[in-house]
Amino acid sequence: MTMMHYEPYQTEDGRTIGNTLMEMKNITLRFGGVVAIKDISFDIREGEIRAIIGPNGAGKSSMLNVISGFYNPQDGEVWYKGERRPHMRPYQVARLGIARTFQNIALFEGMSVLDNIMTGRLNHMSASILDQMIWWGKAEREEVKNREKAEEIIDFLEIQAIRKTPVGRLPYGLKKRVELARALVADPSLLLLDEPMAGMNVEEKEDMSRFILDVNDEFGTTIALIEHDMGVVMDLSDRVVVMDYGKKIGDGTPDEVRTNQEVIDAYLGVAHD
Amino acid sequence: MARTTAVSGVPESVPALLARNVAQFPSKPAYREKEFGIWQSWTWAETAEEIQSIAFGLMALGADKGDYIAIIGRNRPALYWSMVAAMKIGAIPVPMYQDAVADEMAYVLEHAGARFAICGDQEQVDKVIEVQETVHCIEHIIYQDPRGLRRYDHSKMHSLADVQTEGRAAHERFERQLAEREAAVGYDDTCVMLYTSGTTGKSKGVVLSNRNVIETARNSSEFDHLRPSEEIVAYLPMAWVGDFIFSIGQAYWTGFCTNCPESPDTMMTDLREIGPTYFFAPPRMFETMLTSVMIRMEDAGRVKRNMFHYFMAHAKRVGPALLDGKPVGVLDRLKYWIGDKLVYGPLKNTLGFTRVRVGYTAGEAIGPEIFDFYRSLGINLKQLYGQTEATVFITQQPDGEVRADTVGVPSPGVEIRIGDNGEIYYRSPGTFVEYYKNPESTADTKDPEGWVATGDAGFIEEATGHLRIIDRAKDVGKMADGRLFAPKYVENKLKFYPNILEAVVFGAGRDMCTAFINIDLAAVGNWAERNNIAYASYQELAGHRQVLDTIQQHVEEVNKSVAQDPMLSGCQVHRFLVLHKELDADDGELTRTRKVRRKIINEKFEDLVTALYDGSKEIYTETEVTYEDGRKGKITATLEIRDAKVVETAGQTQVAAQ
Repeated sequence: MTMMHYEPYQTEDGRTIGNTLMEMKNITLRFGGVVAIKDISFDIREGEIRAIIGPNGAGKSSMLNVISGFYNPQDGEVWYKGERRPHMRPYQVARLGIARTFQNIALFEGMSVLDNIMTGRLNHMSASILDQMIWWGKAEREEVKNREKAEEIIDFLEIQAIRKTPVGRLPYGLKKRVELARALVADPSLLLLDEPMAGMNVEEKEDMSRFILDVNDEFGTTIALIEHDMGVVMDLSDRVVVMDYGKKIGDGTPDEVRTNQEVIDAYLGVAHD
Repeated sequence: MARTTAVSGVPESVPALLARNVAQFPSKPAYREKEFGIWQSWTWAETAEEIQSIAFGLMALGADKGDYIAIIGRNRPALYWSMVAAMKIGAIPVPMYQDAVADEMAYVLEHAGARFAICGDQEQVDKVIEVQETVHCIEHIIYQDPRGLRRYDHSKMHSLADVQTEGRAAHERFERQLAEREAAVGYDDTCVMLYTSGTTGKSKGVVLSNRNVIETARNSSEFDHLRPSEEIVAYLPMAWVGDFIFSIGQAYWTGFCTNCPESPDTMMTDLREIGPTYFFAPPRMFETMLTSVMIRMEDAGRVKRNMFHYFMAHAKRVGPALLDGKPVGVLDRLKYWIGDKLVYGPLKNTLGFTRVRVGYTAGEAIGPEIFDFYRSLGINLKQLYGQTEATVFITQQPDGEVRADTVGVPSPGVEIRIGDNGEIYYRSPGTFVEYYKNPESTADTKDPEGWVATGDAGFIEEATGHLRIIDRAKDVGKMADGRLFAPKYVENKLKFYPNILEAVVFGAGRDMCTAFINIDLAAVGNWAERNNIAYASYQELAGHRQVLDTIQQHVEEVNKSVAQDPMLSGCQVHRFLVLHKELDADDGELTRTRKVRRKIINEKFEDLVTALYDGSKEIYTETEVTYEDGRKGKITATLEIRDAKVVETAGQTQVAAQ
């Protein structure tokens, strides 16, 4: 078996959507007797913004956790860059170029924004602890290179003013942006965003949407995101997967999904048998 | 009329000053900008090369002598270079307010007939593109920051870096032509065109010649003994005449270094890192800084707080005298020295004022407490009075003669006279050439002998020769019973309270004065937090009973102080309300330089003004607001109207408010 093959195409706004980057095949995830994800398949193409939506408890975050290696599914296969991915720990997945943000912000509260972002470069550091202690040669060169990358992202996300501020002192919306910065600084080929706009006001949501689009546009980063705000999802994404009770009930462009009867039922709450 | 050539030896244009600086101090920094967390710097020689390549690039795009080139963006070296590059090819730079909405921009671009627009980033490019639906003069858009612009139609659009690259490549082709063009720029040719912020009606294009700019820069630099070693931070709008004179006029005249912040939000950090020696800020900025210091001291530990208050009290007593070089006792000096080590020094360092030799504030009256606070710390903060039409300087305070209530003596070369109605007139080498395409307004403002009406009313103190400003001449009016009405005088007194951000006083032609008040969200919000008062929005906080009580106290204190001036005692505020929204330039209520637009406020809040005078206790109102992206919305509120106690003054039969 191989991954699904697509011909690249240009979107209306001139971005290129390429071949399959990741494919989930018949994924089933169980916690004891609870089936969180039931036989779901979908793919993510290079350069696209792919949204996973669904009501509370639909299994969206579980799906993201499967992609990032936090959970290993009981059944099904994860294919990435043309190869089947064996069971992996999250840090191994990160080394493959998959970075993520969390629904409940997971930053080091006592550390400065800059230091938090620098931790995202961990996979780009190879100097030994001894080198780093002596601070000579390779360690220094690496630090300079990593700092340069971090500054590029700080500039990109317009957080220069809080560079030295401890994360714990920042408001919620900015913390979310710092988390995005930490994920971006790793130069990911696939970026996973778990509810990047939860709890934000309209203005913050608009800012975040713009950053997500800019990341995709400027760096060509493939993005998979979970989001509750339907308006935002429909505006941002190229394709949407809809989940309900662990099952996939829809998959396609925002327009296709919007007119799908099953999706409408799930969101409007039709009685289940 | 003045001769058309300069005094021998003086460079006759800004590009000529640049050439002089390259010859005199080629390797001295001319510009710095923080980028990617590091201060990048350019020497005068490097600056000249950058400017030249922009000039070549503009020529390659067809820019010609006499063209108008719009510059829109925040303060960045490349945009300053673009201005000088435009001057080099004989074109006229027109810097524009970057926070202007598309409509305002359309008017200026059309009026100036700009062929080129040089933009800082995507935001500005978008506005210029939007404007092009109605304005058709723009042929090329050039942008500095390429972010988000990659997929735009580039048939008429270029990145500044590309323009420079092409310019460098076209070096051979244009070298002679550019030298000729630069040499042809004369002392009385236009140097720059700046649009006034327009307190009333449409803004006007003020044409300033090289003579205006260079002579003003020379006079003002000599007045304050500015040296090539000065450091300034350029952060005020590039479209404002002050920034043009500080960052280009004086910087090129004396050869000092202009530092550009990393982003508007990092201003305070950048200020600290640079430690400017010459600094300008509007009163509002000094107010904001003082408010934040006070808030932080409230939150500090008891020891620190007591130490702060103890030494600040001492500084208030002897600081200004020390600064003015007046005699101060040895013990007081010693105590001040200790205070400097423990409080003043660290505080100045935090604010970025450690090295300030000359600081100016202007544009609005500054509260005496605020002014004295900074001076008592040993910061040589002074006031000046000026306007775009004068190339800034009309009066300024010499060292040692600084007071909060005057704006100083006439600047070198400036003559002043007071008209019969109290209006101030001046004549100076900086007096503007004309309003662009507006001979009527030019004739209204400037008489054939070169005297310019400022539109402000004031008088010269006989004892000191200092000028004192009362108000805008047209705002100074009469109340129904003939008493003098000077709204700004009262508004300034109100605004000196940290809780009050803005005030608008009404009363012309009425039998009593009333006021709109805007609370300062930072100060009032902090107070609410410390007193466990919950609020969900600006509107809710503004309508809170305890907030209204506090504001009422402030109003009544102001009434007491106003009552002491027999001429103006009629201006006491009888009734007031606290507005449910902040007055905003986006809604047209303030100018871009944050001055109150009375006429518009009067029309827009007509229902509220009526309510202030008809005795009602509260009023329901709907207000249209404009969001930052230009969309419009509506907010509704029910506002409480309060009566304030007024002081009865002799010979006055005015009934106090119920």
